[in-house]
Amino acid sequence: MIRLIEEFHKLPGVGPKSAQRLTYYLLRMPAAEARALAEAILEVKERITFCSTCQNVTDANPCRICASDRRDRGMICVVEEPLDILALERSGSYQGVYHVLHGAISPMDGIGPEDLKIEELLGRLHSNEVAEVILATNPNLEGEATAMYLTRLMRPLSVKVTRLARGLPVGGDLEYADDVTLTRAMEGRQEVQE
Amino acid sequence: MAPPRLYKTEAIVLRQRKLGESDRILTLHTPAYGKLDAKAKGVRKTTSRMAGHLQPLNRCMVQLARGRTMEVVAGCETLESFQRLREELERLSRALYAAELADRFLPERVESVTTYRLLLETLRRLQGDTDLDLVLRYYEMRLLELSGFRPELERCLGCDQPLQPQPNFFSPAGGGTYCPPCGAGAAGSRRLSVNGLKVLRLLQRASYKEVGRLNMASALAQEVERNLRSYIVYMLERDVNAAAFVERLRREQQPLEV
Repeated sequence: MIRLIEEFHKLPGVGPKSAQRLTYYLLRMPAAEARALAEAILEVKERITFCSTCQNVTDANPCRICASDRRDRGMICVVEEPLDILALERSGSYQGVYHVLHGAISPMDGIGPEDLKIEELLGRLHSNEVAEVILATNPNLEGEATAMYLTRLMRPLSVKVTRLARGLPVGGDLEYADDVTLTRAMEGRQEVQE
Repeated sequence: MAPPRLYKTEAIVLRQRKLGESDRILTLHTPAYGKLDAKAKGVRKTTSRMAGHLQPLNRCMVQLARGRTMEVVAGCETLESFQRLREELERLSRALYAAELADRFLPERVESVTTYRLLLETLRRLQGDTDLDLVLRYYEMRLLELSGFRPELERCLGCDQPLQPQPNFFSPAGGGTYCPPCGAGAAGSRRLSVNGLKVLRLLQRASYKEVGRLNMASALAQEVERNLRSYIVYMLERDVNAAAFVERLRREQQPLEV
């Protein structure tokens, strides 16, 4: 039991007390459920790999999105983390394919371009299939730095590079918005359609 | 002086790191309370009212509540967002370098109006000036001075004689310059050209107005940068992370062949 508590304690956000609670909960759990949990953990570790095309986490290579014939391969949406794909897919507003960088450039933390899947992205642009690259990194300092850096790398290529719009969030308040957000929102304003 | 339970102060955001589900820990540089960490709750949600105001390198007015382990940001408003810094990688990478140095050199919670003003002026210069590397060299030398790491540049650290106008030596481990006979044996010492020494002395003594008029050949600029950097790395006992990115951008100024 102590071993299990220690293993839980290694997980992010789990302190010693939570680890004990989880262990006691597992102890009282039906054997079948405990086995299902153990198998799920093993399966994730054994079967999930990175998609050789988009670098997303997947159990099939290429992943389902890359393999689907309903997706538009002329558009690549570049995101920082696999979870960003889940968010975009939930919105259902995008029909192209993705590329996961697995991080963002953060000079102060020593995370540079060489730590991201940038070579892999450039490799995908060799074929003339891709018409547009959409930079969907986070609208914070690291994400912006990454977007600027990628833009610079892709400038000599004949591919259209776009950036997700930055501006006011749905449910936000104009009076609390900062200058950068307001400037971007003003720059990206759109004519109201009848 | 211990700050009151709830207080307002101006601050420059030096860096941030994620905490838990939607919070961040910010490292702030304030004039009156020095460098301190503060927790900003919920700033990773899109509806956060504070997120945009608390981006690194922003100068803002923050309201802080003293917590048990660290302050909590209760409110904030941007005073200066340095937009141009954020739009050009050359400027941004150097501004991050400046912020990282401040973070590493400053002790926690020690009043420091002078370094605050220096950092603020440096960010403004990085936003507007053209010779960005010179801005950084001046900043490095001033920061070393203000944080008590002023290098000796007038006399030989071995024999205490004034330096002659000839190629001398510079040793980070020794803390400054050596004359040729002493320098040859000093630990980790490197040759320092006559002009290199002149520039270092100017950075140490002159105002930015005078330094800004300098126009160095690239070999000289590199020599000055190398010496100052090795001195800083020796004092910090670690590399400055952001320097690698600045150098990478410099190397890649020619677009990559893909």
